[in-house]
Amino acid sequence: MRPGQARPAGFSLRRRLVWQFVALSLLLVVALFFAVRFAAERASRASQDAVLGAAVISIGDGIRAVDEGLELDLPYATFSMLGAMGDERIFYSLMIGERLVTGYQALPQPQQVPGDLSPVFYSDDYKGSRLRLAAITRRVLLENRMQEITVVLGQTRYGQAAIARDTARGALWIGVVFLAFAVPLALWATQVVVRPVDRLAEAVTRRGPHDLRPVRHPAPRELLPLVGALNGFIARLRGALKLAETFIFEAAHRIRTPLSLVRTEAEMALAETTDEAVRVRLRRMVRAIGESSRSATQILDHAMVLYRSDQFSAAKMDLATLARSVLRAVDPLAELRDIQIKADGLHHACMIDGDERMIEVALRNMLDNALKYSNAEGAIHVALTRDGGMARLSVTDQGRGLPAGDTDLTAQFQRGDNVGDIVGSGLGLTIVAEVAMAHGGRFQLLPGKEKGACAILYLPLS
Amino acid sequence: MRHLVSAAVVILAACLIVRPVAAYEIEEQRTFGDGPREVSVLSTTDLAAIDKVMQDFAATRPDLRIRYDQAASVEVFRAIHDEGAAYDLVMSSAMDLQMKLANDGFAASVLPRMGRLPSWARWRDQLYGVALEPVVTLASRRGLGDLPVPRTRRDLIAMMRENPQALGGRVATYDPQQSGVGYFLISQDSQESDGFWRLAEVMGRLNTRLFCCSVDMINELRAGRITIAYNVVASYAARFTPDDPDLVRLVLEDYTFAIVRSALVPVNAPDRQGATDLLSYLLSDAAQTRIAADAGVALVPGTGPDPSVHLRPIRLDAGLLVYDDQLRRAGLLAEWNAAMVQR
Repeated sequence: MRPGQARPAGFSLRRRLVWQFVALSLLLVVALFFAVRFAAERASRASQDAVLGAAVISIGDGIRAVDEGLELDLPYATFSMLGAMGDERIFYSLMIGERLVTGYQALPQPQQVPGDLSPVFYSDDYKGSRLRLAAITRRVLLENRMQEITVVLGQTRYGQAAIARDTARGALWIGVVFLAFAVPLALWATQVVVRPVDRLAEAVTRRGPHDLRPVRHPAPRELLPLVGALNGFIARLRGALKLAETFIFEAAHRIRTPLSLVRTEAEMALAETTDEAVRVRLRRMVRAIGESSRSATQILDHAMVLYRSDQFSAAKMDLATLARSVLRAVDPLAELRDIQIKADGLHHACMIDGDERMIEVALRNMLDNALKYSNAEGAIHVALTRDGGMARLSVTDQGRGLPAGDTDLTAQFQRGDNVGDIVGSGLGLTIVAEVAMAHGGRFQLLPGKEKGACAILYLPLS
Repeated sequence: MRHLVSAAVVILAACLIVRPVAAYEIEEQRTFGDGPREVSVLSTTDLAAIDKVMQDFAATRPDLRIRYDQAASVEVFRAIHDEGAAYDLVMSSAMDLQMKLANDGFAASVLPRMGRLPSWARWRDQLYGVALEPVVTLASRRGLGDLPVPRTRRDLIAMMRENPQALGGRVATYDPQQSGVGYFLISQDSQESDGFWRLAEVMGRLNTRLFCCSVDMINELRAGRITIAYNVVASYAARFTPDDPDLVRLVLEDYTFAIVRSALVPVNAPDRQGATDLLSYLLSDAAQTRIAADAGVALVPGTGPDPSVHLRPIRLDAGLLVYDDQLRRAGLLAEWNAAMVQR
């Protein structure tokens, strides 16, 4: 039976996480680009404004009134410095009122009248370029009159724009490198996030078919509700299974006692009657009752094995002794049908760790099976050997053997195709296999050499 | 209606064809090559000095025809700045004027192949240095007679002071009012050293003769009418010095300027690509080697002799703008005139 597949929700948690991570990184990179560009523009504008302000003040300081009029010492170094950052174009003008004293005609004048200590800054277009301008005023005594000279100095900001562009481009490159790292990082992070889910799923998948213990696997806090729900479900399932087992156990137990009563009554009736027809009927009845009681016993055995597997506790024991005692128990039955049981290797102790009652049930079932399918006056061979680290107990009969191509008769209620005329529940070999599994051993059913079958039980030696 | 429009177009076209006569003065004109595409050059550089380079370029580009107009630096500036003359390439030794043209937006952004041109010899992608020209003092050995050859400006001043008879009327320099280069050089001189004004005064006392151009000074010197020529662009003298043992080229040790002859492509250039190709050629190692051989110093490292320790190249940068200021110019020229015209 394949485990039921969940219906996919149309998206992968992992892919979604990766995409979100990458998209977030991309957003950060774009934000970084603009933030750096803005900051670089502001910073370089502030520093260039400071230089421009100092330059206009130094030009203002170069104005002197002399007898012949105005003298201006235009400082070479100031201009050289102004142009240094990105080869800026420079324009200046000295105006008295509306009259140009020197410099460039029609250079944009400030909106407000600047003071003579700190320059005013503004931006305007002139000769096809965007200019940053600074203006300052100086008062001089000209022609016996105090006159106000407005000094305007403007420069282009190619350098500032280039710096902001270069800085932002640098930031963009850093961002791209970051992004290049972000993709594998996102994959890795997602892997880390999803791994506990995978582990939990693996732990649940790895469990045996009868393992209904609650899941104790360590789970991240976010998965605890899921694990809790799963454990609740397992507990309910276990409760339901237990109820069913108890019911079956009770039923078998309750049926067995009345059945043996009925059997005794039938056997007594058989002894008392002389009518041949009635005797035939009573014999059939006894046989049917025997089979029913055998089935009930097997169901009880099976329930017992399941229960003891759940609460498995092993102790040191001798497999040879146990086998001998089981052989003694089935001896009368074999004699009844003139079947010879030959035993090998039962005189040396063979110590294993195991549950004695479970193994006893297993051996009894193996022998029962062999007896059941053996012809009258046949022979059964029981052998105990050591094979590697295992005790190997084989029971070989000379019965009808196994149907071709079908050796897995250990599943519950599974019987061979060639046993239609012999009653049986199909539980016997299942019990043996389960006992083997609970002990960490295995059970094999092989066809015999010429005819018959060979059942082999392997149990680990202590 | 259509006729009216056609008529208007014809009249407009006629107006465009009949252009006003150029108000700037062209001293000499020559055409190199005879290709169908004309590249026009306006330059201060003497035709004799540039002849070889231009012929080489014309030989490599048979599709081009180069019209070379030579004019004084002030004329060159006026043609472009004030009169909007259409040239493809403008070359001048007046660094301040070239800088002002570029700063005022008359230069187009072009990207010639510029090899190892140092960054101080260009401004943005508009103004490119094509030659380094030392500005030297020339002396005539015959004229000096027994007088020792001066090594510094201090020596020069002392010599002129002590020998007014021998040197009176026999000293020459640029006229800063006529020559853009001349004005630029005295503004550099005055900025470099306070001693310059003493030199100017001494020169004024000796009735120094003023010239518009280096070539004229050299011619006068070779004719024996002048003994000392102060501030002469060396490349002009280079053509005579090897064959004329009389000509002494003084690299004054206190400082000797080297100006950068620069070229720009005007924004209204009819053939910007042709001009860029010519500029690329001028900056190529082949042309630079030839130019450096004339100037005696290499602008592009490796194409000629490295600058000597006394040489002080002037950078192409925005600081040059201050020399063209009206007030500053007026003040400087007033001071110059005061020094020249004494008594």
